[in-house]
Amino acid sequence: MTQGLSDLDTGPGRLQNRLDTVELAASTPDDEQPYAELGLKSDEYARIRDILGRRPTTAELAMYSVMWSEHCSYKSSKVHLRRFGDLPRSAALLVGIGENAGVVDVGDGYAVTFKVESHNHPSYVEPYQGAATGVGGIVRDILTMGARPVAVMDSLRFGRADAPDTARVLPGVVAGVGGYGNCLGLPNIGGELLFDACYAGNPLVNALCVGVMKHEDVRLAKAEGVGNRVILFGARTGGDGIGGVSVLASETFEAEGPAKRPSVQVGDPFTEKLLIEACLEIFAADLVTGIQDLGGAGLSCATSELASAGTGGMHIDLDTVPLRDSTLTPAEILMSESQERMCAIVEPDKVDAFLAVCRRWDVLATVIGEVTDGDRLTVDWHGERIVDVPPRTVAHEGPVYDRPMRRPADLDDLQADDPAALPRPTTPEELAAHWLAVLSSPDGADKTWVTEQYDRYVRGNTVAAGPDDAGVVRIDEETSRGIALSLDGNGRYARLDPYTGTQLNLAEAYRNVAVSGARPLAVTNCLNFGSPEEPEVMWQFAEAVRGLADACRDLGLPVTGGNVSLYNQTGDVAINPTPVIGVLGVHEDVRTRVSTGWRTAGETVLLLGVTRPEFGGSAWASVVHGHLGGRPPAVDLEAERSLGQVLAALGREGLVTSAHDLADGGLAQALAESALRHGVGARLRLDGDPFTALFSESTARAVVTTTDPEAVRATAEWAGVLVTELGTTGGGGPDAVLAVEGVAELPLAGLRAAWGATLPALFGTPEATVGSVPAGTVPTS
Amino acid sequence: MRIGVITFPGSLDDVDAVRAVRLAGAEPVALWHASHDLEDVDAVVLPGGFSYGDYLRAGAIAARAPLVQDVVDRARSGMPVLGICNGFQVLCEAGLLPGALTRNGHLHFRNRDQALRIQRADTAWTQDYEAGQRIVVPVKNGEGRYVAAPADLDRIEGEGRVAVRYLEGNPNGSMRDIAGVTSENGRVVGLMPHPEHAVEDLTGPSTDGLGFFTSVLKAVVSA
Amino acid sequence: MPRVVVDVVLKPEISDPQGQAVLGALGRLGHDGVRSVRQGKHFVLEVDGTPDRAELQQIAETLLANPVIEDVELRLPTD
Repeated sequence: MTQGLSDLDTGPGRLQNRLDTVELAASTPDDEQPYAELGLKSDEYARIRDILGRRPTTAELAMYSVMWSEHCSYKSSKVHLRRFGDLPRSAALLVGIGENAGVVDVGDGYAVTFKVESHNHPSYVEPYQGAATGVGGIVRDILTMGARPVAVMDSLRFGRADAPDTARVLPGVVAGVGGYGNCLGLPNIGGELLFDACYAGNPLVNALCVGVMKHEDVRLAKAEGVGNRVILFGARTGGDGIGGVSVLASETFEAEGPAKRPSVQVGDPFTEKLLIEACLEIFAADLVTGIQDLGGAGLSCATSELASAGTGGMHIDLDTVPLRDSTLTPAEILMSESQERMCAIVEPDKVDAFLAVCRRWDVLATVIGEVTDGDRLTVDWHGERIVDVPPRTVAHEGPVYDRPMRRPADLDDLQADDPAALPRPTTPEELAAHWLAVLSSPDGADKTWVTEQYDRYVRGNTVAAGPDDAGVVRIDEETSRGIALSLDGNGRYARLDPYTGTQLNLAEAYRNVAVSGARPLAVTNCLNFGSPEEPEVMWQFAEAVRGLADACRDLGLPVTGGNVSLYNQTGDVAINPTPVIGVLGVHEDVRTRVSTGWRTAGETVLLLGVTRPEFGGSAWASVVHGHLGGRPPAVDLEAERSLGQVLAALGREGLVTSAHDLADGGLAQALAESALRHGVGARLRLDGDPFTALFSESTARAVVTTTDPEAVRATAEWAGVLVTELGTTGGGGPDAVLAVEGVAELPLAGLRAAWGATLPALFGTPEATVGSVPAGTVPTS
Repeated sequence: MRIGVITFPGSLDDVDAVRAVRLAGAEPVALWHASHDLEDVDAVVLPGGFSYGDYLRAGAIAARAPLVQDVVDRARSGMPVLGICNGFQVLCEAGLLPGALTRNGHLHFRNRDQALRIQRADTAWTQDYEAGQRIVVPVKNGEGRYVAAPADLDRIEGEGRVAVRYLEGNPNGSMRDIAGVTSENGRVVGLMPHPEHAVEDLTGPSTDGLGFFTSVLKAVVSA
Repeated sequence: MPRVVVDVVLKPEISDPQGQAVLGALGRLGHDGVRSVRQGKHFVLEVDGTPDRAELQQIAETLLANPVIEDVELRLPTD
């Protein structure tokens, strides 16, 4: 597709062609233009002609096509996402949906901004760079708000763990997330790693970044003040990912074929680190009036969004943009997705100071234009006008579709296929075998293989990271104020019922934040779905949004922003609808946080919450029977809220020594993880049917340990939360066991071997002893 | 007592080194790589990170920074210098410490809580430990495999220059489990593990790392 | 503009896990005849005027390579 542009357009080195100026466009109204190849529908193209009163120039066509793509315009999702904006105004929300990321008041004058973004398709094409630039992009979004980025998380989904393509994609994605985040100096504090055949060919790589600032430091992306300069700073512009936005987000791979695969963006985390430090120095000296990062759609997006959000007028001299590749045409420069670039609006008398900070950090910075009177965005190329558009029509007034929706035809059959009919384990041997199967399945297994590749310690404020349920970061060393974050999704639940499934995902993230002892405060999301042009997918999407909005209203939480990734499908087959939900909570004092593992023998193990026989979409049904059917567990947000209040109170008062939420794999998974964390076992007794007790995925439950069970019981029962005593933690050491009366005596050593071996067996054991001296022969100097 | 922490473009754990210095009871002084001013500090820490992206070799470009040349000169006359992770790589590249750090044997970045044995409890940075003491601090690197030619390794061992060794598993394939080395006079120490990330119960696996930063207080006083 | 090529490789006595990984992959792909792989770096320098071999040798040995573990090989246009 860039080929089509190059034929028409010109730049240095292509002098035999003509430059498509505004003047030329007005005088050649009937020239044919490759709008369809750029992903525009004929009525969209007609609307552009209508807006401009002439045919667009090639550069204008490039801008409209990328900005009106699904990825940039949210044209299929917008009508549904309005539900989030309609939620009651939350006092904690300082900046809401519409900016690069929402901003939340976390107390003491601190504000936190956080957001998740997908980089799914690029990570399939080139796993390392796709994932790396995904991290880079979300970090710049957070930086743009005026915040110092303080941590990242990653939510990853791949095809079957044993599929050959997973072995290609997963190691690259993990190395890319780590390679970029580690080099940037941001701790990775948690996330997800899950497998399902539906993600083969459509892996999901969702990255979250969280940043912290003071209230007064919040920055917005708008261009105001006639005469203010537009400064482009960061990396030079090259041919990276040209057209990637529109092509990647508007067509499926099969339709596209490998020949049209756009060039991959390559990340440079070192430059991004310099950009972060330079920006924070620039913010501290109050040198900008507006700022925007360059992500998808590059300069087209940054200039039109800044102008559109401001007073509307802006002029750019495009030939001043520093290039890495001198053969780029003007349209290509406007569309380039070269990474590690930002655009700032700076008052003329602050330009010198701005450039000085950039020089100090070795960051290239160039004045490329200025804010103008009026409401047109104009772009010149060597003195000739190639763009003259009303920026709002590019950035904010793109097409909006209310696409047809239809409940999936197979949903009734799927929901009727109740897992109650599946054969259940009856003997203790079978129960133990199923327990081990769930625990050692790729979804349930130890994730150390991944998390060891991420720096969790850098910046020295990480209080908790995976495998804790929530990541916890201290934001003030004096007061120990901190935040907790969790990122959760469950495509199986959402496939069975997207409305309920999305609420369950929110409930899990909420619970994970609550078990750390934090008070949940705000929600973000990344909605990964198939093609919006399929009515059944569109129905799933609308139901998911409705479910999330309703649940947020019930819990009194604002949605601060989010990201939509559509067209995650291969041919006719869409992925399971996969809303990934992030919940942010606040710790008044992170020293009172609660972590997941058992540490000491002789403590009482208590289950909080009610267990019902609920197996639809469960890990047990999936792992043991390869079954997906029935209805997901019931949502009870009132119970979640009560549980959250109890957990926060228990943490604050120091009444529990550990807490772990119950989710995928139910009590079986939670008990094993709690025991394996520090190698401390337990002797437990389960009331009623042991199968239901172990494998049900009823919500609003957590396991806690305490030395004061009566106090815990009193606190929980006061809030109406059921407390069931399970038993007592036992000793550690090599003989430690997780024993459940009448079910199993599982030696922790064996459990750990099964749990820990899965990912290394699939993706390779890092051989750690190259060059070392065998044990016992180490010289002592 | 003033302890400088040098920030290079791409330094990451500089804020952590500053915190560790402060918790040890000294005054941290932030130093910028491009200046030529060690500001009368009594000792210097080169922190972890990816200086200049480590794009040429880890620590190679930072080792040629003006301030590092000053550090080399002052170190030769006895000023205590600690290089952590990338800082260790810089000190090796600058020729202050023997050997080199290369890509991990298993080719992955690895972050884990690592057991170490203090081999030398008489350097400027380790005198608050006992010789042979086991400590646990985080290790996190992609290019932390300590290498040298076999004859050089024998010499390093023979001179007692190994300051810290990996225990209970070698995280990166370092030769002879070497985690850190010292200069002949014991004033300069470099190690791949991160003692500055084990100075608070809240954020580290232990507080075992604090000893590096308290040791140097005595070393400077006694010098 | 004259181009000078500098190849940097690990000294023979220093082990090379990246080269080993490539060798392992070759074996799995059925290329049993490859006995050894050593991975290195390849620099291309464009210089003004006639290249000064001594100066380039110094550049190679003091910055492009770490002489503790690496050897350099210099190729000038006249070679």
